[in-house]
Amino acid sequence: MLKLDIFLSALANGLMTGAVYALIALGLTLVYGVLHIINFAHGATLTAAMFAVFVAHSVFKIDPYIAIVILTPLFFGLGYAVQRFVINPASHGNDSNILLVTLGLSIIIENALLAGFRSDTRSIDVPYGFSVIEIGNLFLSTPKVVAFFASFVVAGLLWLLLARTDTGKAIRAVAREKTGAALSGINVDHIYAVTFGLGAACLAIAACLLMPTFLVNPRIGNAFVLVAFTIVVLGGMGSIAGALVGGLIIGVVESLSGLYFGESLGQIGIFLIFILVLLFRPTGLFGAKA
Amino acid sequence: MTQQPYLPILAVVAGLALLPLGLSSNTVLNFLSFAMIITLAAQGWNILGGYGGQFSFGHAVFFGTGAYGMALLQVRFGVNPWLALPVAMGLGAVVGFAIGYLSFRARLRGSYFALVTLAFAEVFRISANAWGFTGGAAGVLVPLRLDPANMQFADKRIGFWLALAFVAAVLALTLAITRSRFGAQLVAVRENEEAARALGVDALAVKLKAITLSGAITAAAGCLYTQKFLYLDATLAYGPWISVEALLAPIIGGVGTVFGPLVGAVVLLGLGEVTKTVFANLMGGSVPGVDLVVFGVLLIICVAYAPRGVLGLVQGWFRRKASA
Amino acid sequence: MSALLAVNAVTKRFGGLVAVDNASIEVAQGSITGLIGPNGAGKTTLFTVIAGFEPATSGSVAFEGRDITAMPTHKRAIAGIARTFQIVQPFAGLSVRENIAVGAFLRHPARASALAKADAVGHQVGLGAMLDQSASQLTVAGRKRLELARALATEPKLLLLDEVLAGLNPSEIRDMMPVVQAIRSGGVTILIVEHVMQAVMSLCDSVYVLAQGRIIAAGAPGEVARDPRVIEAYLGHGAAARMQAQAAGGAHA
Repeated sequence: MLKLDIFLSALANGLMTGAVYALIALGLTLVYGVLHIINFAHGATLTAAMFAVFVAHSVFKIDPYIAIVILTPLFFGLGYAVQRFVINPASHGNDSNILLVTLGLSIIIENALLAGFRSDTRSIDVPYGFSVIEIGNLFLSTPKVVAFFASFVVAGLLWLLLARTDTGKAIRAVAREKTGAALSGINVDHIYAVTFGLGAACLAIAACLLMPTFLVNPRIGNAFVLVAFTIVVLGGMGSIAGALVGGLIIGVVESLSGLYFGESLGQIGIFLIFILVLLFRPTGLFGAKA
Repeated sequence: MTQQPYLPILAVVAGLALLPLGLSSNTVLNFLSFAMIITLAAQGWNILGGYGGQFSFGHAVFFGTGAYGMALLQVRFGVNPWLALPVAMGLGAVVGFAIGYLSFRARLRGSYFALVTLAFAEVFRISANAWGFTGGAAGVLVPLRLDPANMQFADKRIGFWLALAFVAAVLALTLAITRSRFGAQLVAVRENEEAARALGVDALAVKLKAITLSGAITAAAGCLYTQKFLYLDATLAYGPWISVEALLAPIIGGVGTVFGPLVGAVVLLGLGEVTKTVFANLMGGSVPGVDLVVFGVLLIICVAYAPRGVLGLVQGWFRRKASA
Repeated sequence: MSALLAVNAVTKRFGGLVAVDNASIEVAQGSITGLIGPNGAGKTTLFTVIAGFEPATSGSVAFEGRDITAMPTHKRAIAGIARTFQIVQPFAGLSVRENIAVGAFLRHPARASALAKADAVGHQVGLGAMLDQSASQLTVAGRKRLELARALATEPKLLLLDEVLAGLNPSEIRDMMPVVQAIRSGGVTILIVEHVMQAVMSLCDSVYVLAQGRIIAAGAPGEVARDPRVIEAYLGHGAAARMQAQAAGGAHA
């Protein structure tokens, strides 16, 4: 019975972490779906957002959940500006250049954080940090449950934005046929930047949801970035539903393989999935076969 | 162009070889030796990425395989380092071939290839960190026994000359490749794979040759790293830092050129040292990461304004001067 | 005359779409054979099957009597089949000479001999003055010549030309025709896919007409041009009848 309990709690934990992974992957897959580029700075941007939550809490005494209201627009603006004024002009529209520019950005962000905050691992103390919700024999960490549901709410909002607003329509038009969209009067550079901003905003929300239970150090983004790539590849590049399902799967795989193989080897499971999917099913589990 | 094409290489290498005779400072020698090791790793990257157009984000996988191969062959099997080095290079080549075979057969290119190489490097890093045979998280220590027969030199200049000899050999090899059928086919695959195949180029074989060679060369850099520092752990061997430097040096120096990796490595590391010193003086203590911030900025500036790197800028400057 | 290339009942499907339907053609040794047809007839698809860029869904391709249906592209080039691309594909970062040399290296492993071959072929197609230029600086006509030169540098027995005349103006076409004829005189058999009909008619010994994926006519250019099925395929249903009626009406007047 105990074995089953441990398994179930690992499963539940995996699903909850997976939902936040999905949120992180959502930003990545959105950018890929629209700009057809891989944003290598995604992990570093998440780290920056997590440090922003840390600063907001430790310096300005702002609760992480309240910080969502401030950091989401802030990171949207930053993402917009970086795409519009750095990535776009620097890469001359060449894909491998974009890859290199975003790699450069990730190096800059990660090491600027290292220079500013040193390599110490930091966390924040919130009163509800250790509170749990009890369901039968399962003890679920309250902040993780909040993160789980909030991630779905954000995914839903993002879907509504894409499906129902004019900006969303423009984004989808650019994603499908950028030349045609440009001809019908859509400012493609602007839409690209908005998409990038949305990706960064997703990260800001993810950071606020993560910080009550996670630690942050300048290199933490690395741990997330390949996970996020794996989810995106697994779910099919550019697919929002795929990112959600992929996120949950990866969360569970990580949690269960951590349970059976130990923490450090648990991550190998993720990378192996990543490599195998890329090699044998590059369109993702849910993508159309090429 | 009937002049001897290898003359510039000879001149540059001779110039570098003479440096330690005038400079005896340990700091400078350490810097130069390290720069040669990074150059070698970058030369490996340049063959696959610069000439072949396949951008790897995970060249640490070859560097680390060379470094661990060198260390473990000595420590676990008592193999003489002079023998361990070619064997470890061979291991790098095997890993290169295996990754190439899997990825190129699956037709991965561009971002996908970059990502898969990065993932391979991470798998190797985590494995090396967890496995007892590789020393786990504690790493491997190669016992200090200064003896040329043991590839450990009391005179640091000899260590530098050894690394320089490797760099010189790869400079010559790279130039020979650019003048060969293999080089022409490799560049053709980079520029347009379909068109290359139509002209009888076996694109898969060409890319496999390039990644195998690339793996062996970058593994050699790892071997020299092991012999220089006599200590390794998973992050030093397979960490992202070396993947990034192996890629940055050619891009900053001049991607797909013979001298690009050498120029880039020296510029990169030189600038890194200057930045670290300036910030240390400014802030009253060393600031970690500032040199890497500069590298990142440099990468973006190069992509934006100098797609042919420092060498391209210098050439352009001379051409303008000549036409003025 | 023995057939250098024999395409036997080749069908190519993309999903539900049948791009080439049971097409058979033969290219005689030493000939210039044309493959013509209206836009979207499946010419380029058949062409890519012959060059090995796409596998045939069914049917076979034989070269010099040897079955090459499953042979990969680069091996076909080694066997002696070279192709050009309708949308030119220069190696943009390389010079014209280096572009041609990639082809020349196929039979000349040594650098000096490959470069010499590249220079010779460059002169043969009229790019002699531009050998040191970057390929990306060439005009459209120049790029078409470069396509031709690269393919020719592989010293093929069979040259597959995919719309080398398309996109050229009349005077450029006039300049290009003798180049193609000279290649044939040099002993290279040519299969030419062309949308521009007049040019093909004066170049080719025999012509196959492809419409909606099927071969609808074959023979000497003059016969084929008078074939009502061909006229219909090009000008639409009823065109042949209208033209006949017009001709008859003209005789009455």
